[in-house]
Amino acid sequence: MKHLLVLGAGSAGTMTVNALRPRLAQDEWRITLVDRDDEHHYQPGYLFIPFGHYRRDDVVKPRGRFVPEGVELVLDEIDRIDPQACTVSLGSGAVLAYDELVIATGTAPRPDQTPGMLGPEWRRSVHEFYTLEGALALAEALRTFEGGRFVAHLCEMPIKCPVAPLELLFLADAHFRERGMRDAVELVYVTPLDGAFTTPLAAERLAGMLEQRGIALESDFVVEHVDDDAKALVSYDERRVAFDLLVSVPVNMGADFVARSGLGDELQHVSVDPHTMRSHQHANVFALGDANDLPISKAGSATHYSVEVFADNFLDHVQGRPMRSAFDGHVNCFVETGGGKAVLLDFDYQTPPQPGRYPLPGIGPFTLLEETATNHAGKLMFKWLYWHVLLKGRALPLPKARRGNAPREVIP
Amino acid sequence: MLVTIAGRPVHVNEEGFLTDAGEWDEAVAAALAADIGLTLSDEHLAVIRFVRRDFAERGTSPTLRRVSSVGGFEIKRLFVLFPKKPAKKMSYVAGVPKPIGCV
Repeated sequence: MKHLLVLGAGSAGTMTVNALRPRLAQDEWRITLVDRDDEHHYQPGYLFIPFGHYRRDDVVKPRGRFVPEGVELVLDEIDRIDPQACTVSLGSGAVLAYDELVIATGTAPRPDQTPGMLGPEWRRSVHEFYTLEGALALAEALRTFEGGRFVAHLCEMPIKCPVAPLELLFLADAHFRERGMRDAVELVYVTPLDGAFTTPLAAERLAGMLEQRGIALESDFVVEHVDDDAKALVSYDERRVAFDLLVSVPVNMGADFVARSGLGDELQHVSVDPHTMRSHQHANVFALGDANDLPISKAGSATHYSVEVFADNFLDHVQGRPMRSAFDGHVNCFVETGGGKAVLLDFDYQTPPQPGRYPLPGIGPFTLLEETATNHAGKLMFKWLYWHVLLKGRALPLPKARRGNAPREVIP
Repeated sequence: MLVTIAGRPVHVNEEGFLTDAGEWDEAVAAALAADIGLTLSDEHLAVIRFVRRDFAERGTSPTLRRVSSVGGFEIKRLFVLFPKKPAKKMSYVAGVPKPIGCV
């Protein structure tokens, strides 16, 4: 009996076991899924918590509900992988041997990596919204915010969902307008990038949307520390940005056990081949979802598309054949822009986000790189799709966008 | 696009980044540096050599964090050596692609 061990029962791990269990014979393959707790979080939903649109129940469900028959879910801490011995030690002391390993333990905000961030102002005037706890604390802070400088800040790339800090600002702008206090609030976006986003056309469009809303952009700002007393961000080149309410996106790092196991890069992400998600170091180790170092957005859509490729390849791989599928870096994301509208971005390794139409029978077409109400409907629909379709490994009913002259392949 | 830098033909993209790291040498580096207002010191060159070595090993240009944590150069110092946009400037002078912003 062979053993496939999957570490992490979040989006990537859950999609992986759902995609593979029906395709691997029960009497040949045992599948085990390990996570430290039994709470599956719909992370894109955190964005809607500070503004009171979503509550805890919208974003948390038991993991077991999404794990198929024939997969054992083990709740335990992960201590270390020994890739030579092909074993994983757990916090309880148990040791699991594997034939094939998938690391899907994601990436997490690490406010401890920026000096001063975890000072006395943490969760008072210094916030983050990439954890449920953080999003709930921010909701409370926003409720009592009376005006002043609201600063959204990105520490360093890569982060999960790179557009989320912009969405936070767009929603904050709409929120303060609704409360009739927009004039009392100065909105600022502070980023280490040289513009609002990384790719030129999207950066230009998104910068335009910031400008229309009167949101100031402070670029090329690499934070060195948070000055808790003066309530200011301080950069390595000694620029200062004062805030009354700071919402920072802390440095994102992979799990500590990845580094302890000698598998991580400088941010504890697992270095993998960008087309097969296989470790450069070990032929029977793969890393899926945010845990890897793919040069593309850390986003649920990238996870979904890459897990599909991985699942096809895995069957080749375990039968000793060359892996025939290659992930192309496809990502799409809805960017919530406030006031019931959203923008849709669609891109891959080769093609940056471009304008265009994105077909979807029934609801679409969505319009790429433009603000529309249909795109917003798509964003909200996504929560339902996530819980009911994506996690269960069913195909996403979203085709690839058409770009340029070449019609893109449609996901079956 | 083919241009002449330090008296020799070199291929660059629309932003002036070398498209073939193999066409680089220290004379080209000095000319690229001068183009963005820098005079290269040994300290600059030590950073540039790390950037080139890391690019050769991994096929991607190192981030600021990587130059610091793997290369051992302090970020604060990198901002002094390559003011305002160190990650971009280091890659530019080292003749490697502009670092991917990881969209």
